[in-house]
Amino acid sequence: MKILVTVKEVATVEDEFEIEGTEIADQYLGADLNEWDDYAIEEAVQLQEDGIADEVVTVTIGPEECEQTIRQALAKGADRAVRVWDDSLEGVDLLDVNAKTEILSAVIEAEDPDLVLSGVQAGDDSFAATGVSVAENLGFQWGAVVNHLEHDLEEGVASVRRELEGGVEEFTELELPAVLTIQTGINEPRYASLRGIRQAQRKELDVKALADIGVDESTIESELDLTAMYEPESESDATFWEGSADETASELGELLRDKGVAQ
Amino acid sequence: MTDVLAVTDHRRGDLRDVSYEIITAGRELADETGGDLHLAVISGTVDDFADKLNRDGVDAIHTVSHGEEFNHDVYTQAITQLYDDLAPQYVLTPNSVNGLDYAPAVANQLDLPVVTDTIDLETDGETLVATREMYGGKVETTNELEGEAVVTIRSAEWPQAEGTGDASIEAFDADIDEDAIGSTVSGFEEVGGGDVDISEAELLVSIGRGIEEEENLDLIRDLADALGATLSSSRPIVDNGWLPKNRQVGQSGKVVTPDVYIAIGISGAVQHVAGMKGSDTIVAINTDPNAPIMDIADYAIVDDLFDVVPELIDEFEG
Ligand SMILES: Cc1cc2nc3c(=O)[nH]c(=O)nc-3n(C[C@H](O)[C@H](O)[C@H](O)COP(=O)(O)OP(=O)(O)OC[C@H]3O[C@@H](n4cnc5c(N)ncnc54)[C@H](O)[C@@H]3O)c2cc1C
Repeated sequence: MKILVTVKEVATVEDEFEIEGTEIADQYLGADLNEWDDYAIEEAVQLQEDGIADEVVTVTIGPEECEQTIRQALAKGADRAVRVWDDSLEGVDLLDVNAKTEILSAVIEAEDPDLVLSGVQAGDDSFAATGVSVAENLGFQWGAVVNHLEHDLEEGVASVRRELEGGVEEFTELELPAVLTIQTGINEPRYASLRGIRQAQRKELDVKALADIGVDESTIESELDLTAMYEPESESDATFWEGSADETASELGELLRDKGVAQ
Repeated sequence: MTDVLAVTDHRRGDLRDVSYEIITAGRELADETGGDLHLAVISGTVDDFADKLNRDGVDAIHTVSHGEEFNHDVYTQAITQLYDDLAPQYVLTPNSVNGLDYAPAVANQLDLPVVTDTIDLETDGETLVATREMYGGKVETTNELEGEAVVTIRSAEWPQAEGTGDASIEAFDADIDEDAIGSTVSGFEEVGGGDVDISEAELLVSIGRGIEEEENLDLIRDLADALGATLSSSRPIVDNGWLPKNRQVGQSGKVVTPDVYIAIGISGAVQHVAGMKGSDTIVAINTDPNAPIMDIADYAIVDDLFDVVPELIDEFEG
């Protein structure tokens, strides 16, 4: 079977930063593989190692700079990658769920996988909606917040566990093809080996513009307009203990003794 | 007029708190232009649920009796049909794990934009202004969209509706296409039991990703020993397999209410805070003075945990 994994490069923010308009100023931003996608990649690669998947393909919406992140996924064992980008996406503050759905659906339709693995959410925009939206758009089944997938995938059925709130898990059976949004903790993502990193350089990374995948610019116009970004007003009324570590530790020690919780 | 259709959440026979919060959120939104608030109650003991949900501000409750537990196909079909029938401006759903399992599908099917995990909403009847966070709570953003939309709300952001309402309660005859149901829920399991019940502890020393390496956990164990405290953690520590699941505090872990909760190297993501905000006294040790945990902390030490923790151990052992 063929597995497609959606891989996003997310922006990371330093502890101290400044906002310019509706963006965080560039110098405070870093880039990383989305934490949840890392688990999705691992799950796909394990399915391949178990002889269940024949091919693992990643798909990314992003500019050329994110190829380093895509190579990480290839170094961990994905076979090849598709990257979609277009000038019309440049300078969009926030690509909304519908826009991502249109783009990813077009690639998935062309690739025709049996299973799509996607992270539960992206660490930067935190929509947590794209996987399910894509599934419905394609007429695939889906499961959100999956923390266990049976690796035998008997007869076109995926048995999954969905992690609900409060330590409760739900068992669900889903017909394939399906999209699963993968929760952290489902596995232990590997580090790319040196050999994997070398091999990744030679793997195919296909770059496509919107026209190549048959998506019209007008259909991906974000309906959601990011109009302001600000640091949340601090509601903190905490007492900040100042001083050296030894001074602050003794303040805390005193508190604990006062409260009678430690001797 | 801004009519709102708000969908309620229940599990294993009980309505979840967010079902009462969504009444408040929906009422506020509908009030801004004098619209109606409709509630949808789908699956389970719907009549019993409807009685409980009949609180101040609800205009109508639509019950869809179909199966015991949540099934995303049933929800998606029922909500899209209710939408066609009622033509509301906004469909509100909880940003719960189940909400996230159907809200995007409903939006896609109805060809509406979806905006998730909102913490504040305003409308003038045409434009919706939704407030939500990005980058793990480091920034807040406002987002505008025109026309109809599907919106999920974060739990515990709106107060629970109270009082007794006089809503009309009507069974909605949804036409559920059984053939289109491609998933079956076969059971539930409670996980995270085990040797220690962190929800009973008076003093919790809780560690997060700031610990960096598994070996460094020994330092925190020493601290817990010195203080006679119980050890708990944020999710990444459990995901890494460094501590068992029964030590995880948060939305998908345990809710704890100790006398003192010491959050060490924990940023205070909303899903973590959901599990520990009821602690009597919260102390944060974190290098980042702007970490969201500071908003709920009573006391804070802005410093490197590797400097502070050894001193604290000394205090009690020395
Ligand atoms: C559906 C869902 C359910 C979830 N359920 C839960 C849950 O139940 N519980 C939970 O915890 N999370 C949960 N999460 C994950 C949550 O969103 C966060 O990712 C997680 O809580 C972050 O953990 P953290 O604070 O330890 O790590 P981070 O957010 O990485 O924070 C680490 C902190 O350590 C500080 N730090 C770093 N180095 C040092 C140092 N040397 N000294 C002092 N401070 C330092 C940093 O400033 C930072 O604030 C869930 C997520 C989803 C999507």
